[in-house]
Amino acid sequence: MIAALIIVFREVFEAGLIVGIVLAVTRTVSHRNRWIGGGVIAGVLAACLVAVFAGALSNLFAGMGQELFNALILIIAVVMLTWHNVWMARHGSELAGELRAAGQAVVEGSKSLLALAVVVGVAVLREGSEVVLFLYGVVAGSDDSALSVGLGGFIGLLLGALVCVLTYAGLVRIPARKLFAVTTVLIALLAAGMAAQAASFLEKANLLTALNNVVWDSAWLLSDTSIPGKALHTLIGYTDQPTAMQLVVYAAVLAVTFVLMRMYGGPVKTAAVARG
Amino acid sequence: MSLSKAILFAAVALLPITGAARAQNATEIQLSYKDKKFDPAEISAPANTPIVIKLKNLDGKAMEFESKTLKVEKVVAGSSDATINVRAQKPGRYEFFDEYNEKVARGALVVK
Repeated sequence: MIAALIIVFREVFEAGLIVGIVLAVTRTVSHRNRWIGGGVIAGVLAACLVAVFAGALSNLFAGMGQELFNALILIIAVVMLTWHNVWMARHGSELAGELRAAGQAVVEGSKSLLALAVVVGVAVLREGSEVVLFLYGVVAGSDDSALSVGLGGFIGLLLGALVCVLTYAGLVRIPARKLFAVTTVLIALLAAGMAAQAASFLEKANLLTALNNVVWDSAWLLSDTSIPGKALHTLIGYTDQPTAMQLVVYAAVLAVTFVLMRMYGGPVKTAAVARG
Repeated sequence: MSLSKAILFAAVALLPITGAARAQNATEIQLSYKDKKFDPAEISAPANTPIVIKLKNLDGKAMEFESKTLKVEKVVAGSSDATINVRAQKPGRYEFFDEYNEKVARGALVVK
């Protein structure tokens, strides 16, 4: 039971963090629960689908289907997160402004919510398919007590939800005025980390071979498989053995986000970012 | 949205240019998995060359081949094969396991 709890928790932990951040980011947007809930449900359904077709997916692209699929959905999430940041730089103040007609704010807010719902869906999908495969294996097999493993898995899932609640509760304590600046930075780092991870999947698929030397090894200090290491891995993309390419991709995404926010951010919001 | 799309397209367009350069001089290792056991339980490879592990999952259910030190994590469906690319390693002993049965299903790659 404990083994199942740990496996499931390890998988849902990352999704829990991301959903918590997205909930905090969209705190003031109406109808956000519908969108984010939709993202979670779509993610779970897609995870089941991916689990069912895991073998077929794996065999695509000379056995590298899984890696390419992971890289692709991570790139989608990076684009959505970056787009959200740029969009918020432009419209964030309008959205928060009380003078804005409520109906208009909902319509505009929905665009950004769709991007974040996709991010949530992708986070759930990535971790979820492994949970589904694991639990299915247990149910299908007769060697373990399915009930005890099921219970362990369920508790693991609850703990993952707790991570989500704690992340949200921690972030919403930040005063609303500063929350925008904090979440902008959080989302930019999240996106950069995901982009570096996408690069690492492409490296594993042998599709990205340039600059694939490991720059440093800090596993002795903080392993990225430990819980604090994993949290940092999700939040800022920490890896204990990054390749030069991963670092370049990471820096590039941060730079692109910064430049796009500068280019498209209205004068009001540029001031707000600078203040944070 | 157009700019973000442009970034995505640029990223995808760059892929084939950098691809398919390696792989010729990689060491290929056959490995199979059945009843929560790797066969052979210990595999070896020369140092400083890329390694390709061809894993056959002979069990009916899915497993997840994982190695923390080799930075590998790969889901292998029941009764199917998987190819795992491992980057060139320094000499040492690298443990791997099935994440779904971490305690019992273990093996190691020895790089010399």
